[in-house]
This record gives sequence, structure tokens and C-alpha cells, in this order.
Amino acid sequence: MKTQEEIFNILKEKFNDSVLEFQQVPVEPVIIIEPSAIKKVCSFLRKSEELKFDTLMVLSGVDDANGEKIQNEDGSTSINGGTLSIYYHLHSIEINHKVLLKVSLSRENPVTESVESVWKTADWHEREAFDMFGIKFLNHPNLTRILMPDDWEAGYPLRKDYRNPEFYNGMKVPY
Amino acid sequence: MALKTEEMVLNMGPQHPSTHGVLRLELELDGELVVDVKPHIGYLHRCFEKHAESMTYPQVIPYVDRLDYLASMYNSFGYAVTVEKFLGIEVPERVQYIRVIIGELQRIASHLVALGTYGVDIGAFTPFLYCFRDREKILTLFEMTCGARLLYNYMWIGGLSHDLHPDFVPKAKEFVKEFRPTIKELNNLLSYNKIFVERTANVGILPLDTAINYGITGPMLRASGLKFDLRRNDPYSIYDRFDFDIPVGQGLMGTVGDSWDRYYVRILEMEESLKIIEQALEQLPEGDINSAIPKRIKPAAGSIYGRVENPKGELGFFIISDGSTSPFRVKVRAPSFVNLSVLGKLCRGHLVADVITILGSIDIVLGEIDR
Repeated sequence: MKTQEEIFNILKEKFNDSVLEFQQVPVEPVIIIEPSAIKKVCSFLRKSEELKFDTLMVLSGVDDANGEKIQNEDGSTSINGGTLSIYYHLHSIEINHKVLLKVSLSRENPVTESVESVWKTADWHEREAFDMFGIKFLNHPNLTRILMPDDWEAGYPLRKDYRNPEFYNGMKVPY
Repeated sequence: MALKTEEMVLNMGPQHPSTHGVLRLELELDGELVVDVKPHIGYLHRCFEKHAESMTYPQVIPYVDRLDYLASMYNSFGYAVTVEKFLGIEVPERVQYIRVIIGELQRIASHLVALGTYGVDIGAFTPFLYCFRDREKILTLFEMTCGARLLYNYMWIGGLSHDLHPDFVPKAKEFVKEFRPTIKELNNLLSYNKIFVERTANVGILPLDTAINYGITGPMLRASGLKFDLRRNDPYSIYDRFDFDIPVGQGLMGTVGDSWDRYYVRILEMEESLKIIEQALEQLPEGDINSAIPKRIKPAAGSIYGRVENPKGELGFFIISDGSTSPFRVKVRAPSFVNLSVLGKLCRGHLVADVITILGSIDIVLGEIDR
């Protein structure tokens, strides 16, 4: 069983520049990973004999809303710049330890590598992150909307600057 | 050379009695054989996560209840435990015990629905009536406690909405006594019934490594042979004080991890829940239930992932706080959502009728899949 800090040190040694930072925020410390390296890091975490992270508990997209906020004429806000993040909560059943990874992507072009081939759990979770935040996962076998209708054109609902459309297929949306 | 027939696409649902809600399955068939199953979800999407961002922490609880509406108590249990851990609140002993008693009763109620409707899926109607008769008794106990029968808003952050009714403890003890023999009855009616066994044994076998790779949890994972239960492996609340077993699939009627094992693990789990309830009722201390409810809930900026063993599997809440009174982001890791994703793999190579057997054995609730 290893603490988050020990896991960070192992990763830092193995991947040096791709492992950016160990953030000591309240309750759960986070390891920040460079987006282009996430798949390599994840496969290592899964295969490594001393870590054995065999399950992905949850993969969550988050809109950090840290860009420039612009007040629109109709009272709504849009956000310019800043980042969208993905959190990976991993757990090892065999060793019983946990770790939290995070990658931050630019809001304008949120693209990262899929970890579906590492843990199958990621399949639907990545589709959900795509559906809700518009994060694109490279090499995902079927990256389509999962909870929203396929023809939903109003954007990505869980982004902080999302606005409901007036109409969807001729039906009035706000009720 | 064998002739290859043309493959046919068949839609099962969204309105179909065996899909347990509004779920559409796109079946790809080669004659009677299933080539692939693609679940299409989202028909019950109610924007829970978006709503949660515009409410204060306690206001989220009624919405949490509506995720897995057959195990509503356990959802708010999980949410309350997570936020308490975030705030660092110590909850009174009496509250802990009441939560465990109510939570385990809810587990039995949820399993009874799963088992009863599973019988109906396969063509046995009578066990369903027996199951609902017993579930009714649990709902009466809940009604006595908080006035509601399906969606309770009972477990609050730091406490409970009501204390137990004076009649609750004797009534609950009576229920435990009456319910033990009815499990045997259910076993004789359904579990060991020849037709039922023929339909479920060796159907939809889920090997352990696949289960772990797909992140399967709960009775489904245990049926594949792994003794993994968050009440034991990652204890929360006061579960470390009770003595209970973790039943696993043994392949009594077929192979480990088949549909019959998934069904039978739930039967065994109900007995373990009865054990926990009995112990908790004996030890139930007196005390105040409201003393730890915080006036203002404002966690420090940061994040937490809390998970509990919901009747269907690992229910997790990932909450990010920006230091204000409402959560910045709430992500729900719903057990049914993850468990359903393995359906296509389980069904491949089986017959159309087996799709219903396999789907029923997963025990899904669309409320938490679609959120």
C-alpha cells in the first residue's frame, strides 16, 4: 500500500517532465499529468507490479471556468480561454490503495488520448465527458453522445457558460 | 462451407416490459443468435449534475433520492457520508446506527424488487407477489419513520429528518423474525426451480478479469467470485462493528459468474443484511439526532470522492467545492451505469431470449443510469 506522495515520486522518476505537479489540496491530493502522456502513465499504473491499479472508479470531466468571463447583451455569460479538466480516480483491489490524476486541456481545443484500452470502464465515462463537455478522446472506439440526443446542437450542457436552446426539433425547450 | 445468413437489427425498447424502464437495446441478430447488443440510454436524463451546481449542499438530497429510486435511502446515505467527510463532521452514535438499520432494510427492499422482477422476466409470476408482499412491510417501516414510501429525504448532512418512531424497534425485530423463513420459501419457489435454473445457469458468464476491467461492482462482481464489498474493504459509517459474511458466487448450478449466481448472491446478501440489522437493533443507543447538523455548509475549496456499497454496487460522489455554499461540480458514479456497459459482451453468442435473462440479472435502475 502506497500513499499518493509515494506514487507521485514513482511516476516522477519514470516519466519526469510529463508528471507536472503534486497538488496538496484539501481532502484529496491530486497528481497533475501532461495530457499527451496520460495513456502511457495509465498503462504503467495498471501494469506496474508494485502499483497494480486494476480499476478506474470514475472518470469525470470538469469545467474549471477559469477563463475570461464576458457578459453578453442578453445577460448571459460566455467564457473565453481557460481550461477543462479530467479527473481519474484509480483504485487497486489487490493492494487497496487509491490515486487521483488530473489533466487540464485548453477550452478551445480539448483533445486527449483515450484510456479505453487500459480500463473498459473508461468507454462510457469518456463518452459522457464528450457529451457533457465536448472533450475529444483520440482512439476511442465509439465517441458519440450518450445521455443527450445525437442531434443536440446547442453545445455541451455541463459547461458553465452553456445556454439552453429555444427550440429542439421544433419543440419549445424552456417550459 | 456454411452459409452465412444476413444479419438483422432489432430494437428492444424503449417501451419494453423487460428493460426495467426506458432503455433501448439495439440487437444485432444472426437468426436467433445475438451478434452484438448496443444499449442506448439517456431517455430519463434529468440533468441532475447541472441542477446540483445551482443548489446548496442540503438541497441536493431530494434529487439524490431520485437517482436509484428503488434504493433511495442508500443514495442519500452515500451523499451525506461524503459531504460529512468533506466537512470533517463527527455524527452522533444514534444517527450512525439508525442509518445502518434503515440502509440495510433498503438493501433488502431493493434486492426483493430485483429478485421478484427477475422471476417475472423469466416467466414466474408468483415469486414476484411474495417479494412485493415483504417489501411492503419494509416500506411500512419507512413510512412510520419519515412519512414517505418511495422518496424519503430522510438522511441529512450530519443527522436525520426524524427520530425513530417508538414502535419502530419492536416492529423491525418482528420483521426480521418473519422474513427469515420467507427467504427459504422464495428459494423453494424460484431459486431451485428446475425451469428457472435451466434458464439462468451457464447463461451470461462474466469472468472475474473482465468484471474488474469493466469496473463492475456490487453483487455482480461478487457473483464472479471476488470477495469485495466496500462495507468491509473501504469501511464507512460504522460497518466495521458488525459481524457479517460477504457471499460470493460459487457456481452451484453452473459456472461461477453466470446469471443464476448473480441472482443467488442477492438472496444470500439479504440474510447478511438481516444479521446486521439484528445486531444494530440490539446495540442501538439513545441520544440526540440533530446535534451535528451544521447551520451553514461551506466546505473549503478542494475535492472529495466518497463511495458506499449501494444495493447495486459502488455508488460514488465526486464533489468539487470552490469554497461557496453550493457545489462547483457533483459527479455521480452510478453502479448501474457501469454495470450495464458490459451487457454487449455478456450477450454475444447467446439467444435472443437470453438477453432478457442477462439484463434482468444485472439489476439496473434507469434513474441512476441516465441521471
